[in-house]
Amino acid sequence: MRSGRVWKFGDNINTDLMLPGPFLYRSAEEQATAVFMNNRPGWVNEVEPGDTIVGGFNYGMGSSRPAARSLRNCGIGFLLAETINGLFFRNAVNYGLLACECAGVSAAFEEGDTAELDIDAWMVRNPRSGQTLDVSPVPQQLLTMMLGGGIYPVLAREGLIASP
Amino acid sequence: MGMTITEKILARAAGLRRVAPGDVAVVDVETACLIDLSFLPEGWRRVLKVADPSKVVIVFDHLVPAPTAQAAECMQTARAFAREFGIERLHDVGPDQGISHAVIADKAYALPGTVLVNADSHTCSAGAFNCAARGVGGPDMLYAVTTGKAWFRVGETIRYDLSGALRPGVSAKDIFLTIAGRWGAHVNQNIEYGGPGMASMSLNARRTLTTMGTELSAEFVIFEPDDTLVEYVKARNPKPFTPVMPDDDATYKERRSLDLGSIEPLVALPDAVVNNSVGVSEVAGQKIDQAFIGACCNGTLDDLAVAARVVRGRKVAAGTRFIVTPSTEAIHRAALAAGYVATLMEAGAIVTPATCGACVGGHMGVLGPNEVCITASTRNFKGRMGDPSARIYMASPATVAASALAGQIAGAGEFFQGDVS
Repeated sequence: MRSGRVWKFGDNINTDLMLPGPFLYRSAEEQATAVFMNNRPGWVNEVEPGDTIVGGFNYGMGSSRPAARSLRNCGIGFLLAETINGLFFRNAVNYGLLACECAGVSAAFEEGDTAELDIDAWMVRNPRSGQTLDVSPVPQQLLTMMLGGGIYPVLAREGLIASP
Repeated sequence: MGMTITEKILARAAGLRRVAPGDVAVVDVETACLIDLSFLPEGWRRVLKVADPSKVVIVFDHLVPAPTAQAAECMQTARAFAREFGIERLHDVGPDQGISHAVIADKAYALPGTVLVNADSHTCSAGAFNCAARGVGGPDMLYAVTTGKAWFRVGETIRYDLSGALRPGVSAKDIFLTIAGRWGAHVNQNIEYGGPGMASMSLNARRTLTTMGTELSAEFVIFEPDDTLVEYVKARNPKPFTPVMPDDDATYKERRSLDLGSIEPLVALPDAVVNNSVGVSEVAGQKIDQAFIGACCNGTLDDLAVAARVVRGRKVAAGTRFIVTPSTEAIHRAALAAGYVATLMEAGAIVTPATCGACVGGHMGVLGPNEVCITASTRNFKGRMGDPSARIYMASPATVAASALAGQIAGAGEFFQGDVS
């Protein structure tokens, strides 16, 4: 079981908000300081390792930029959203960010709540309200990559790319 | 039970008899396109093996010619990589330069019935070529280049049956704005376009519509094949291919009918593309600082022809900047030969080299604080084209050109009166 303090975001949170254009060309560390700077300035100073993002519909719409890496580097332990944009989901797999779809999650959590995620039972629970919700299972082969640090370690292990 | 076009292509590329929504398909990639940003040091790793160099394409597009030393270094890395593995299809700064999706169209690299991946999100552009094309992340590209494969979650498909033809002065961008306004996002869904109306759309117009599918948050966006497409590809790419039609009994999440003759010119209001379209008249009179036509979706020769037609013999309003960026240098040369570039320049427009440029807020048209822009490009997100306080309206090239002349948002209807569709 994983648990994290909840930060709430709305519908259609786009990749440019998580990774603003001018930071595309900076280091991954610098990119992580710019997350949500245009819609929620100062958030990166408040977020703590293991925290959770709860999003609305179409979380991560937009570009192929590695926004999921920035969230991981901010310490986000897992992300739950009503629906997740397909390209953002790919990058969550690629960069090892646990991200799952969960219908009803926006209404079930307030900011500051704790979310308890069980990816064996594919359930999430709000201990404040006692409410539990089903989480859409991530297919096993993709989950393995998400939890194993993403795709780079796989390619390095198979001798296809150089180790960092 | 039958399959949609996307399902049939994925099944074929996965070596399976069928795939269905919910499956994860691991498929053979026919074309893998890397871009300049693929070689940023934070994402790129030294590659030790390439599955098949003849299936790799490299196009420098986001920042060309290099505006920074870092952009130049990305290209050095890419050139060395291409040399090491014998990758011949390298589109460097020069006559073959362009935005990857448009280069892929110019050269017909996207083969009907096959799978294509590209590190840029607007890759579903190649769906106009009956190609299952998807924008993927940088790491996915390393996976595709080194293994020759990619994975996809198979989504449900929304089918659009197109009928009729657009009226004069109305464009494929307006079809997109209509769909985005009426039906909103298509998260985790594929889009399939077909029906008798597609015959009235040029390949460029179809590509505008498929490119913008990214902004509907769709997975694969694909057109049925027709003779126009097959002849275009055969004339440019010697590789064999087999186009794919949907099965008669394909299962769709929903079928929607769209009469192209009913489409009106629309504008998307700032900060979001979906569920944000209004008629041009509702925002007419909004003062603008900049008008932009370009990007992968709207820098086609058709788009430049429309822009030239609107501004011919007229002048861009004082105090308004009008920037036009062809999608490829091949289009740029064709527009020169057709006189479009001269017409645009005489009206006061700046015509830039082919690049993603202002659309991605990279260079050649970045917006300052509180500026207002009307753009025929891909996105109007907050901060997309520069300062986050800038406001970006999105419309068709005709509407953008008419607005450039007026110095404020304006419809283009008067420039097309008397035309027949």
